[in-house]
Amino acid sequence: MHETQEHHPTGFLSRVVFSRDHKVIAKQFLFLGLLFLGLGGSLALLIRWQLAFPGKAVPIVGAFLFKGTAGAISPEGYTMLFTMHGTIMIFFAITPMLVGAFGNYTIPLMIGARDMAFPLLNMFSFWMAAVSGAVLTASFFVDGGAATAGWTAYPPLSSPGPTPGLGQTMWALSLFLGGVSTLMGAINYVTTILMLRAPGMGLFQMPLTVWGMGLAAVLNAVFVPVIAAALLMLMLDRVAHTGYFVSGSQPGSAGDPLLYQHLFWIFGHPEVYILILPAWGIVSDLLAIFSRKPAFGYKATALSMTTIVVMSTVVYGHHMFTVGLSPTLGKAFMSLTMLISMPSSVLFLNWLGTIWRGSIRLEPPMLFALAVVFVFGMGGLTGLYLGAITTDIYLHDTAFVVGHFHYTLAASVLLGSLAAIYFWFPKMFGRMLSAELARVHFWFTFLPLNLVFFPMLVEGYGGMPRRLYEPTAYRFLAQFLPLNQLIGFSAVVLGLAQVVFAVNVVYSLARGQTAPANPWEATTLEWLTASPPPHENFQEIPVVHRGPHEHSLPGMTERDWLGQWEPKEPSTPSDPAPAPIPSPVAA
Amino acid sequence: MNAEAVMDLESTEPVAGSHELTPGKVGMWVFLVTDALSFGGLLIGYASLRAWSPVWPVPSTVLDIPLTAFNTFLLICSSVSMVLAVASAEAQDRKGVIRYLAATIACGAGFLGIQAYEYHHLFSTGLSLSSSLFGATFFTLTGFHGAHVTSGVLYLSGLLAGVLAGKFVGPHESHIEIAGLFWHFVDLIWILIFTFVYLV
Repeated sequence: MHETQEHHPTGFLSRVVFSRDHKVIAKQFLFLGLLFLGLGGSLALLIRWQLAFPGKAVPIVGAFLFKGTAGAISPEGYTMLFTMHGTIMIFFAITPMLVGAFGNYTIPLMIGARDMAFPLLNMFSFWMAAVSGAVLTASFFVDGGAATAGWTAYPPLSSPGPTPGLGQTMWALSLFLGGVSTLMGAINYVTTILMLRAPGMGLFQMPLTVWGMGLAAVLNAVFVPVIAAALLMLMLDRVAHTGYFVSGSQPGSAGDPLLYQHLFWIFGHPEVYILILPAWGIVSDLLAIFSRKPAFGYKATALSMTTIVVMSTVVYGHHMFTVGLSPTLGKAFMSLTMLISMPSSVLFLNWLGTIWRGSIRLEPPMLFALAVVFVFGMGGLTGLYLGAITTDIYLHDTAFVVGHFHYTLAASVLLGSLAAIYFWFPKMFGRMLSAELARVHFWFTFLPLNLVFFPMLVEGYGGMPRRLYEPTAYRFLAQFLPLNQLIGFSAVVLGLAQVVFAVNVVYSLARGQTAPANPWEATTLEWLTASPPPHENFQEIPVVHRGPHEHSLPGMTERDWLGQWEPKEPSTPSDPAPAPIPSPVAA
Repeated sequence: MNAEAVMDLESTEPVAGSHELTPGKVGMWVFLVTDALSFGGLLIGYASLRAWSPVWPVPSTVLDIPLTAFNTFLLICSSVSMVLAVASAEAQDRKGVIRYLAATIACGAGFLGIQAYEYHHLFSTGLSLSSSLFGATFFTLTGFHGAHVTSGVLYLSGLLAGVLAGKFVGPHESHIEIAGLFWHFVDLIWILIFTFVYLV
């Protein structure tokens, strides 16, 4: 059974670069994601500079980046900045970090497998992502610069007429390749979760992280091909002049720009859930572990996430209320959108139920998990205004939308990723991160984050359109210039706080305290094995005897947790007295 | 390391008999769902563009239906020989596997040859990706499918080379069956394309 443990690869290339070990691939994805997070964040700072000080020369880097305009950002440059910021953050920062890195890291370890089902495919998945990122980065340097049609790349903006440059074509190619990489990962994740669970690990014994990762993979497997088809048509439009999305490009032909929007959002709305589901799963687990309680309503949480996955396929029309959708169709999409907030509320209330009367340990991962609860609540509530047609018609394409999706995606997912990093870093690298620096990082991230995104809601409510080069040039929007400057300063503080994080990571990698196997007294399988885990993860495949969060149960006297791997003792005293913790035991 | 190798590491020791679910089979099924949706995206585009276009040629006036009907027949024959190859693999009949895999590859290659001839003919009449939406959708859909047939032929050729070298046929093997899933899927998609692009 262990004969392959001797096959431990030894060369640098096979161990670090072209590794098939899911733990190494996870680290590769993590560093790829962090790299692009830095790049995307820098673009955001440039965007905020232009909005806070329109047309002024960018300090320090301006003279180097924008030579032609004496350091100021041009309107075309501004368009490119927000296009590339969105694209990079969604497809090259969040996706590699949450799905690529933590999906890869947690799934095999948490279900008690030695690796992914298809390790070679896993390696290809990373390298395809790396190539795709390289194509996108290279597009900054081609003639005419990078893409400028917005992260959604609606035709005719993205058609060869308005954006003739090579950059826009490379954008489409890069996303297509990124999609292929994601699909390889999704096939691997679904197969691994279905087939390689340790003995005793039923679907309802799986940690909620695995539920989130698995459901996100299902959505990826189903909907990434649709955007791939749309991108293929877009590329053919640009390269072979097919005219799919351009009306009247040939005599008698009726190419349809709206067709692209439909295909884009059929994928695009599930994509929102693809990004948030892993964070939901991680937060659900962390809240239980650091409240020292079983996750409240474990099954309901898992099934709510499943319901959201199913329903996310039929709500995409709420992105298109203002394109001239038939009112009947619009109302149907609005009702479905309102319905999907119900399973989301179940999930949210279960989080509150989990921390209710828990013995909360405010370790860094828990701080970030609690912050996710707050910002996701904000994102969810502001979403209601956009899901209702009447309010959406007013708020559509304003800064309110930008604030809303940054609360759900940027804030929730970024804080969720950071929670995941603080939680699993000891397991991944065998060293503890400094908790003091982590707290500094937390407060200087969480507070400025809200000062960046909340004013956007106010500005959007005041009618400020998104994507304008200089919105405050209009008299009725001039009042928002101070608010834009507040956002700008907060964004700088937010950016600087990440330096603290980088210092913490680098310092801890070199000098951090050595991590024990289970520093958080957590119950899931990855904490059974050493930190960092050996090649092929476990000395012996564990047998699962318990649910994923057995904390503070009646009869626990010595310690308040029992790992999933610990057999049920026949001598466990059955306590007939009322349980001290008013929550159902996880199934 | 392939799927079976990983399975062998597991303490549960599942037997990869011909009707057992293996990671390889599950992975292929998930891939087929994925691939079906990518054809789905293209077919949705085709349907909506054709429905809203003021002019659309009657396909039989542009395309050679009898020739493509023969090509469809060829592909269905290849599915039959693929079934026989899988059955031979199950019976661990190495010679049978070689014979039927070769026949499947031959049919697939024949299909591609006829498609190449058809493309050549259509190009000469002026139909191209950029000539009209009819041309764009026709070449995108059939081209995307042709790419699948090409990769299928390469995939099966790789398997055939392996079988000739003494691999892939044995008690715990499911490679031929997994390849069969892919091949039947590609045939099934062709039936849809033939119906919607050529006949309707």
